[in-house]
Amino acid sequence: MTQASQDSSSDAMLEKLKTKPGSTKELFNKFMTGLTAFFTVAILIPLVAVVFDVAREGVGQLGLNVFTERPPAPGLTGGGFGNAIVGTLITLGIASLIAIPIGVLAAIYLSEFGRGTKVAYGIRFAANVLTGVPAILAGLFSYSIVVINFGGFSAFAGGVALSVLMIPIVMRTTEEGLKLVPRGMRDASLAVGATQFQTIAKVVVPAALPTIATAVTLAVARAGGEAAPLLFTALNNNFWSFDPGRPIATLPVLIYFFSIIPYRPQQQLAWTAALVLLGIILIVSVTSRFLTRQKQF
Amino acid sequence: MVYDSATAVETDTIIRTENTSIYYGDFKAVSGVNLDIYRNKVTAFIGPSGCGKSTVLRCFNRTNDLIPGCRVEGRVTFHGEDLYSKDIDPVQVRRRIGMVFQKPNPFPKSVYDNIAYGARINRYPGNMDELVERSLRRASLWDDVKDKLQASGLSLSGGQQQRLCIARAIAVEPEVVLMDEPCSALDPISTLKIEELMNDLKQLYTIIIVTHNMQQATRVADYTAFYNAQEAKGGKMGYLVEVLPTDELFNNPKEQSTKDYVTGRFG
Ligand SMILES: Nc1ncnc2c1ncn2[C@@H]1O[C@H](COP(=O)(O)OP(=O)(O)OP(=O)(O)O)[C@@H](O)[C@H]1O
Ligand SMILES: [Mg+2]
Repeated sequence: MTQASQDSSSDAMLEKLKTKPGSTKELFNKFMTGLTAFFTVAILIPLVAVVFDVAREGVGQLGLNVFTERPPAPGLTGGGFGNAIVGTLITLGIASLIAIPIGVLAAIYLSEFGRGTKVAYGIRFAANVLTGVPAILAGLFSYSIVVINFGGFSAFAGGVALSVLMIPIVMRTTEEGLKLVPRGMRDASLAVGATQFQTIAKVVVPAALPTIATAVTLAVARAGGEAAPLLFTALNNNFWSFDPGRPIATLPVLIYFFSIIPYRPQQQLAWTAALVLLGIILIVSVTSRFLTRQKQF
Repeated sequence: MVYDSATAVETDTIIRTENTSIYYGDFKAVSGVNLDIYRNKVTAFIGPSGCGKSTVLRCFNRTNDLIPGCRVEGRVTFHGEDLYSKDIDPVQVRRRIGMVFQKPNPFPKSVYDNIAYGARINRYPGNMDELVERSLRRASLWDDVKDKLQASGLSLSGGQQQRLCIARAIAVEPEVVLMDEPCSALDPISTLKIEELMNDLKQLYTIIIVTHNMQQATRVADYTAFYNAQEAKGGKMGYLVEVLPTDELFNNPKEQSTKDYVTGRFG
């Protein structure tokens, strides 16, 4: 090849590197980028709209009294829903106490011991099905097991119903987190003479804590907003109650009842309750992240 | 193995394999290895990729147990004890035969906790601060990290991380340290540091190192074992060609295939 022809061919190569504004390829590229950006913004619309709506309608009533007082009688103004806040915290607390240990331990089994086994596959499949089951069926389950056999409607029965919703979420998300812990860390731990249990407890689970926190937050957020499974388990209660063995008021159930009765003050209170519920879920999410944050990862 | 009597006298076998074959399921990855590893010496494993160097290395501390379907035939002895007999606890084996991996794998914990981890697991009765300092000094990492013991192990550079892993491995005072291509992810300076380190460490420990770098083998190893692979059913089957004192293996090997490999005329 001569010097001249080499030069001209490298010129042609350089020409190929330059962008060609207005070419179909270029336009299509721009169009697709724009499309993805548009839908990214679009999915924010419902979220922002809901938060904005709830805040606008609910913030007017927000005062200390909603946290400290009981709901007013139909038609009367004032009052609050302190008992329902407490009730929501108690039922969610019970549900978490049941769901987190079961979900996390099951996830540990799936990721550390049962990888690739038929049992693990079956459990994973069942959990996926359970995530898609309508929430009211979780209530039905708790009703037929707890309510009927163990002293009627109660906060505990409500917690059991919610835990059924939480377990698959905690389990699946935690499992994903455990799987992300590199194989090398397990090897390193075993290589200094740790048992498999020590390796899981001291290396794998701590490394996966942020994901476990996400798992718990997702599960609490899902369960915290459900009214259906509580309607015939925790029932409702117009009075203060701290007893897990008795019916209890909860925010979703209160929102449900107050938004369908034709009294304006109650409807207003339902908006405020929705705002408080959003706040609680936000606080759970922020604290769980704060508690499990890694110094450096 | 047959050695001249001069070598045999001054050495002392710590690990011995007798006709050891290793399988992954039905696939025989390594066949019939007979090998002696001498105490306080550095032994290097060289050979083409896939000939089973890592596989043999892992069977010394029973890391292969963790791979489903992996099976060892023949005998592997440590101080004359059969490592694969029923009453041997693999956890105790790994306590005494430590390992450093190809990719630096510090825990997402502080430098201090990385070193203290194994000692805590094994209920080390002594002073933890001293142990951490001693281990870091032995791994010649102390000067780099003495002011940031609480920083995350993952915040160190690649070479520092690998020395941290070495410090972590020797903090539990093993007798043997297995190293699987410990320098393959490192720059030449870190590599040299780790090689110097090996020369110091062999006063206290027995070291077996897998390497693809033949200069490295000549620099650090007292003995070098050459592995090769041949076609067999289900894939390539690895076997030990020969093991000799390093300069003999490189300058005057007994087998033609070794000669071809070390002079770069291989395959
Ligand atoms: N976990 C495993 N499961 C199944 N087969 C494996 C496994 N690990 C290794 N093998 C097989 O065993 C043979 C030897 O592998 P090994 O990793 O010991 O080779 P090596 O000599 O260390 O190679 P390299 O120099 O590339 O690290 C290869 O054919 C490989 O495919
Ligand atoms: Mg290897």
